[in-house]
Amino acid sequence: MLRSPRTLLSVTSAALLVAGLTACSGTTKDSASTSSGGGQSAAAADPNAAVKEGLKIAFLPKQLNNPYSDVETGGGKVAVEELKGEYKLVGPNDASASSQVSYINTLIQQQQDVIVVAANDPNAVCPSLNQARAAKIKVITFDSDASKDCRDAFINQATTQGIGESLAKMALEQAGGEGEIAVLSATPNATNQNSWIKVMQEELKKPEYAKLKLVKVAYGNDDDQKSFQEAQGLLQSYPNLKAIVAPTTVGIAAAARYISSSSYKGKVAVTGLGLPNQMREYVKNDTVKKFALWNPADIGYLAAFAGANMASGKITGAEGEKFTAGKLGEYTIGADGEIVLGPPTEFTKENIDQFNF
Amino acid sequence: MTVTSDRPTPTDAPLGTPAPKRFAGLLKTRELGIVLALALLVAYTAIDNPRFLSGQSIRDNLLNTAILAVMATGQAIVVITRNIDLSVGSVLGISAFAVATMMSNNQDLPMIVALLAGLAIGAVAGLLNGVLVRYGKVPALVVTLGTLYIYRGITYSWAGGSQVNADELPGNFLTFANDSLLGIPWLVLIALVVIAAGSVMMRNYRIGRELYAIGSSPAAAELAGIKVARNLLSAFVISGALAGLAGVLYAARFGTVDAAAGNGYELNVVAAVVVGGVAVFGGSGSVWGAALGALLLTVIGSALAVLDINQFWQQAIVGALIILAICADRLVAFRIARSLRKRDAHV
Repeated sequence: MLRSPRTLLSVTSAALLVAGLTACSGTTKDSASTSSGGGQSAAAADPNAAVKEGLKIAFLPKQLNNPYSDVETGGGKVAVEELKGEYKLVGPNDASASSQVSYINTLIQQQQDVIVVAANDPNAVCPSLNQARAAKIKVITFDSDASKDCRDAFINQATTQGIGESLAKMALEQAGGEGEIAVLSATPNATNQNSWIKVMQEELKKPEYAKLKLVKVAYGNDDDQKSFQEAQGLLQSYPNLKAIVAPTTVGIAAAARYISSSSYKGKVAVTGLGLPNQMREYVKNDTVKKFALWNPADIGYLAAFAGANMASGKITGAEGEKFTAGKLGEYTIGADGEIVLGPPTEFTKENIDQFNF
Repeated sequence: MTVTSDRPTPTDAPLGTPAPKRFAGLLKTRELGIVLALALLVAYTAIDNPRFLSGQSIRDNLLNTAILAVMATGQAIVVITRNIDLSVGSVLGISAFAVATMMSNNQDLPMIVALLAGLAIGAVAGLLNGVLVRYGKVPALVVTLGTLYIYRGITYSWAGGSQVNADELPGNFLTFANDSLLGIPWLVLIALVVIAAGSVMMRNYRIGRELYAIGSSPAAAELAGIKVARNLLSAFVISGALAGLAGVLYAARFGTVDAAAGNGYELNVVAAVVVGGVAVFGGSGSVWGAALGALLLTVIGSALAVLDINQFWQQAIVGALIILAICADRLVAFRIARSLRKRDAHV
């Protein structure tokens, strides 16, 4: 008795594994030929095919109720409406690794044409995504990628390199060309932030940054109180600090709020990655001169267009293919099915009122 | 720990007078310990970096403590009755979001309305906790763990993914966090008034002494004719209302409020109360001790940032302090029990 459920389990998991492997073994081209969306038989990409109407496009963000994800999927909704498709939004309430699997399985049963997903874990969602692809559903990842053999394309908000360079550039500008700067990051093990900071540190070794000195990387854990305390600690430990660079929306808002209400206002600049709505107050009261972020609504928008083009057989996800994404213009697919949104948008007092997210 | 020196016996001390001197001395060592630890920490940090004692730094530390201290006051009152209120973080969240939304929709409302609204929201949440604990006969740990999720869930479903940003809040609401009266920031002033009122209530008023009695021995308190139900409800309403008030202060201080505001704060509050010498089994400890605990935890956070210590250590240090506090607690209880035994033997 004790053994039979286990045997059943191992048989099932073995079967799943085989299914996963077969799906994985296909190159992007092969899987495209076996799974051209909506029953249209196109063996390879057909650039002249029309983008179909009535496509069912489902969005699965990391978690619901996250302001940032909401803006992303909001952009996706606009795109799906432009494409005259059916928009659907589902998602878990927590961003744990396995919480998305059941949602993917449901979407497969509902026979969606495209699943646009921000993977909470690159591997945990893979078996389910490959089942979806086996069921002729196109899988587009955004925000954070799944392993590249279980999705058709990845919308990259900006390259790690691009963000790191942009952070270094803004730090140089805001510090006035020289002096001490510090980084106020999220958690010490946040993957995105760490890779951006690493690029930034590489960038700072270049001659044009020679007069800039990164004195400390502090971690505010994306918690207001903790970010306040870390900012205070930085200012006390490094009285000559010229700028705080916060590559996280919580951190930059907390640092700006703290500095705007302290005696350091006007002496220490704050810059980094932030949401315009959150930062408007501090840009207008001159605490923050400039900060950057990609437009999250554009990520969802681009993902919906990429998915629709793929489900219509216009593209397969191979490198070099081109497609048009509505108001954003033409995009070319890069290596490994990556589509880069573009350089981050910089926000200043002059342009901040044009953005609402 | 159920034996407390702070509880006056009917024969030698009428309700409302401080505890007998002999035991008060023992108790005082606990709060004295916190003060000493605080002094040591500040001295060490200031030697390493003199700016830790600058006006701005002291102001920052007091401001950082204010919100936690307000919540610790309420929590101390509940813990003294041998209960616990784990829902305070969620009550802070719902109050912060409700008040921030209200203020952003009605830009002309005066600050006092925001404060009263926060108190009212928190009081209702606290009343529900109290009713469930008393009339549902369910342990407070379970009830408030449940309402922790309920209140947070309500906030999530109401807020969705939206947040209230600083630019939507009226100017007087935002500047409230930084403005001061006679050089003392409003936030700190409010915290001081709350702590003082809580201390006096618990020390000198009938309800306070009755709450200690309930915490020492709920059954005995009932037999002695104390209105346990009414007192317990009051304790939970006070704790809820103060968490609601903390929500308003949170919104004013940080300027950005989303549905996750105050997530996980309940554990900081309980930590502050325990470190502050309030016994988790009820019946002893003081409100101002809990406030000192809040100050100590906050200063540790700031000091570690200044001392450039890996922040992973911070959690370990807070944990060690909690265990140390509980050890001290056991020791005091043991000594009291022994001295009581001795006294009884002679009589």
